[in-house]
Amino acid sequence: MPLTEQELNQLQRHANQLRRDILDVTYWAGGAHVGGSLSIVEILVILYYTFMNIDPRKPEMEDRDRLVLSKGHAGAALAPLLSRRGFFDFESLKSFNKFKSAFGMHLDKHKVIGLDASTGSLGHGLPMAVGLALGARLQGKSWRTYCLLGDGECNEGTVWEAAMAAAHYKVTNLTTIIDRNKFMLDGSTEEVMALEPLADKWRAFGFLVKEVNGHSYPELYETIQAANTEKGAPVVIIAHTVKGKGVDFMENDVRWHYGGLDSDMLEKAKQKLAGEA
Amino acid sequence: MAEGLTWNVYDANTMTQADIYGDVLCMLGEKNERIVGLSADLAKSTKIGKFAQKYPDRFFNVGIAEQNLFGMAAGLALSGLVPFVSTMAVFTTMRAAEQVRTDICYQNLDVKIIATHGGISFGQAGTTHHCTEDIAIMRSLANMTVVVPADGIECANAVMSCVEHPGPVYIRIGRGFEPACYDDDQYGFTIGRSVEITPGTDITLICCGITVLQAREAAQILERNDGISVRVINMHTIKPLDTEAVLRAVNETRRIITFEDHTIYGGLGSAVAEVIAESGKACAFTRVGIPDCYSVVGYPEDLYNFYKLDADGIVEKVREVMGRDFEEAESWEDGF
Ligand SMILES: Cc1ncc(C[n+]2csc(CCOP(=O)(O)OP(=O)(O)O)c2C)c(N)n1
Repeated sequence: MPLTEQELNQLQRHANQLRRDILDVTYWAGGAHVGGSLSIVEILVILYYTFMNIDPRKPEMEDRDRLVLSKGHAGAALAPLLSRRGFFDFESLKSFNKFKSAFGMHLDKHKVIGLDASTGSLGHGLPMAVGLALGARLQGKSWRTYCLLGDGECNEGTVWEAAMAAAHYKVTNLTTIIDRNKFMLDGSTEEVMALEPLADKWRAFGFLVKEVNGHSYPELYETIQAANTEKGAPVVIIAHTVKGKGVDFMENDVRWHYGGLDSDMLEKAKQKLAGEA
Repeated sequence: MAEGLTWNVYDANTMTQADIYGDVLCMLGEKNERIVGLSADLAKSTKIGKFAQKYPDRFFNVGIAEQNLFGMAAGLALSGLVPFVSTMAVFTTMRAAEQVRTDICYQNLDVKIIATHGGISFGQAGTTHHCTEDIAIMRSLANMTVVVPADGIECANAVMSCVEHPGPVYIRIGRGFEPACYDDDQYGFTIGRSVEITPGTDITLICCGITVLQAREAAQILERNDGISVRVINMHTIKPLDTEAVLRAVNETRRIITFEDHTIYGGLGSAVAEVIAESGKACAFTRVGIPDCYSVVGYPEDLYNFYKLDADGIVEKVREVMGRDFEEAESWEDGF
């Protein structure tokens, strides 16, 4: 069953809120990986509001679904999302990056309620996610693992080592999503270290590949649903996104991979969001 | 920005260590065509990007792939070139540790590693980007030389010297605006020979990196307020360690504290402790650094204060150690 009009509107509202939150966090933190946070908004929202079995009142619930944010530098997106989803007080995010804060640029599982894995060093997430998924299977658990990777991150050998293992062990209780925003830190992915043909690479490693518009809820919904029921081979979803999505002066501009906002720019950026909605 | 060969306090206070490194490397590249550069999607942050812009044909950005980065550097060195490699310290010394050891150090190759974001200089980023273990790891690798410059000026000196220094060299710098410690670069920097920053007879502070300047300030406070004569040593080279300077400190001041932006296990403090222990002399000794934990998050200034690595913390630690009684030790009058 596709998403209803009402569900779509609701998800859209969550996305708008999260984009504003990302900008606020960037402002409070004195700088954040804002581009790669804005590109994964719809992906995070649909996972946490539609697909993932979680209970903010029981963050350690054993049967919860897990997300490994392998592109851990997008903590400025995941932290406010976990907060809006009910895991902790939104006000606490004002301490972001500050002395002894629970929130640093890359989130710490011991400090952030609702977070399933500490990440930030690229190329660590998929191996951990494969381990989580295998662990669930071995223990006869039905919970699912999601893993969100950056596209630049796919340069790392460990991503492919984990991909090989996922296919080898037929890890199908894992859904892998790549944020294909086509930029990394030093520039565009194709200029710095070409990834294409990316889909073919994953296929060659034994994955079923699905490509979607990573900002379209209907497409994400349908594709993730299909991925979650696939039993033949692990699935990777290449989500085509825009780095900096929603704030025109950040979109596709690698200078906004990491950046800070003063109060004027914060307002300007928020107006861009309002204009879009 | 300074032109040509010299760097001064103005440069160090207006440019980061990495910025100065980028300029020095461009200059070296002009004189030595065998120098090539490599990074792993951190050309901009580490400032090796300046070299990349000037010599695009002699620069390789391998993408986010640190193991391949150091493996390729080894290959380039085997071919007769002199690779300069830059990424963050944590990815250099842990992600690619085996490549650094087995490909580079084992084969004793001329690879110069300038690693940025050392210690907790990238405090806000959290543990994944802190690097408080690198000195210990790099120090344990045979053939490796380990240098931790005190400021931008010393960074320039270290980078210039490392080309003349055969074999692998690890130079660890910070992330941001580490304030200048030196006025200019003419103070006789030599890899392996420490620099006495202030003379003193009551206690010796052996420091590296950002703690050198802080210790100098602490020494002034202690001299003025407590009448304590504090020797400050900039032990910029952790390996090979200037053991003579340590032994002199043991004999002449009998009290030593080490300060480093690094875990107290295996780094500068441990290196100094080894020399003291083997000397057989009694000496009041304390290591100050990051204790056995992953650092809290925060801006570096706050963290240095928290871990007693700034002038206030150093003053406190010195008063503590000055109050310690060890004079009963029988070996006190032993000859040097
Ligand atoms: C192992 C490792 N190397 C380098 C970095 C520094 N770094 C942080 S983000 C980034 C670029 C990531 O690009 P991508 O995966 O495409 O993420 P996005 O563009 O979506 O932000 C790099 C190189 C890191 N965090 N981890």
